[in-house]
Amino acid sequence: MKKLAKKTLSVLTTVLLILPTCFTMTGCEKAEDNSLVVLNYGKYIETDVLKRFQEETGIEVKYEEYESVEDMYAKYKAGSIDYDLICTSEYMIETLRKENELIPIDYDTLEYYDNIDPKIIEMSSSFDPTHEYTIPYFYGTVGILYNTTMVDEDTVSSWDALWNPDYDNQIVQINSQRDAFLTSLVRRGYSINSTDKTELTEAFDDLCQQKDLVYAYLQDETYECMISGDAAMAVCFSGEAAMGMEYNEDLDYCVPEEGSNVWIDSWFVPRTCKHYDAAMKFLDYMCEGEAALENFEYVWYASPNLYVKENEDEETLEDITVFPTDDILDRCELYVSYDDEMLDYTTDLWKKLKAY
Amino acid sequence: MNNKRQAYLAAPYGLWIIVCTIIPLLFILGYAVTNDAGKLTFDNLLAIADPVNLKCLMLSFKTSIITTVICLLLSYPVALILNSANIKNKSFVVFLFILPMWMNFMLRILAWQIILSNNGLLNSLLSALHIPTQHILYTEKAVILGMVYDFLPYMLLPIYNALSRINNDVIEAAKDLGANNLQVFTRVILPLTKSGVISGIIMVFVPALSSFVVSNVLGGGKVMLIGNVIEQEFTLARDWNTGSGLSIILMIFVLLAMGITQKQDNAGEGGTLI
Repeated sequence: MKKLAKKTLSVLTTVLLILPTCFTMTGCEKAEDNSLVVLNYGKYIETDVLKRFQEETGIEVKYEEYESVEDMYAKYKAGSIDYDLICTSEYMIETLRKENELIPIDYDTLEYYDNIDPKIIEMSSSFDPTHEYTIPYFYGTVGILYNTTMVDEDTVSSWDALWNPDYDNQIVQINSQRDAFLTSLVRRGYSINSTDKTELTEAFDDLCQQKDLVYAYLQDETYECMISGDAAMAVCFSGEAAMGMEYNEDLDYCVPEEGSNVWIDSWFVPRTCKHYDAAMKFLDYMCEGEAALENFEYVWYASPNLYVKENEDEETLEDITVFPTDDILDRCELYVSYDDEMLDYTTDLWKKLKAY
Repeated sequence: MNNKRQAYLAAPYGLWIIVCTIIPLLFILGYAVTNDAGKLTFDNLLAIADPVNLKCLMLSFKTSIITTVICLLLSYPVALILNSANIKNKSFVVFLFILPMWMNFMLRILAWQIILSNNGLLNSLLSALHIPTQHILYTEKAVILGMVYDFLPYMLLPIYNALSRINNDVIEAAKDLGANNLQVFTRVILPLTKSGVISGIIMVFVPALSSFVVSNVLGGGKVMLIGNVIEQEFTLARDWNTGSGLSIILMIFVLLAMGITQKQDNAGEGGTLI
């Protein structure tokens, strides 16, 4: 009932917002036309690659972007647009898989799927155990971006750095519940996917204690804050760290010894897909070496495409901010999505922390 | 005939109110009194009694009351000075009040972020002068500062309007009858500007109470106001029911605050005459 009402409301609002685009979208209902509706993170593809794909295949791509995983879920669930392909984070894919929203990918039709690093495919087991629904697109880690003029490397080799009173008002914690809790859980030697309430409570207590030292809880603004030197260290994603390091030479990135999270953004075909063949062509194009290389050079996250690794220069490959080493990957875990009860429990803890 | 025509002219506004205010309000009310399964419940409204929510509500009250008081203390003297100043073109004064509103509100708040940050303009200036630097950004102080900065014109304008409408003859009469300057102020000017002060208070207090953007940008995720709680219920927790329940409670508090101030206004002698 609630779902229905919610759906009606979101459909209503989305229809109002999307209406103008829908007029140009002839592919809304019919599958015969030569088009494809793709939903991806913002700034997550080289536009030239997209253009070339359209020219070479004659498939018209209706490309849409979203800001956060939650936005993507809301857009998809609103149901007003039939998406053919979506790229998103692994834990959301797991949620959608459990909701039976995924269609298997026909890997046999993909000429370039072999380009994808088997190690990353193996790592995808946690959210795609049968390996039939996803193709990895980019991956990266969560770590500490620090200013080498204020903090030395040894300090940030442990998450303890974030609890060091010497850096009062110099620490930026990440403004996202799971990533913030990860720092605290791993520091105590627990799994980032712990569902043990005593462990989570301990992690929560630590975070409350940390709050006195925290300059701010940020996410999108983290790298700007670090570039301007407003803080000594910040918890952030490897891609953001790379971006920050480009602008400020004093910045460096590190994944602490205790471990961290590795995330994989992957493509999947949702149940709403109306242009399956075109979707396969697009996926194949994304796996193709040159296209992947161009995408990598635009996005600057670690690419699971072996062709990229073969053709990038040494310096880039050795940059652990972009390409985490096997050693780093070995101590990192992927997120496993929480069930509803755990989601409520942890959201509640997060709220308590923010109001603390 | 004339009435009918007037009603006809009001139709677009009526439609606007129905579509954009009344229907959404009904939706919120509907969500507020139902649960996941669509059953009638008051749990969402009672969620305000949860210690965390209550704490955030209290913090909202605290910040909005402080904001209102600061705005009042800043605005009244300025309004008095501007009103008595010998400025030929009074509309220029009003223009000055409105000037900050030419710039987008988010931009202005973001500018404060740059000014107040650890290595920001303010701290650079302070350290150049060998004064200890201040930690202001991402604290309650920054949130209050942002709100004061943002809502100040809404306090200034009505007070200035009320002041400018006082006929000089009234003040001269008071002086003729032996009142000194202080008496003129407390017995004549203050009562005559009460309505302006009260609408100023409402226009500052109400948006401050429900604000969440200023605390998002200048609070750095450390200052949780009730507005932020509601926002998070809708986005992060995907719990529209609790979010709506808390919104209704907040609306009740806003209405109460308006009712109390309005009543004060009506009780005042002659306040509404102006």
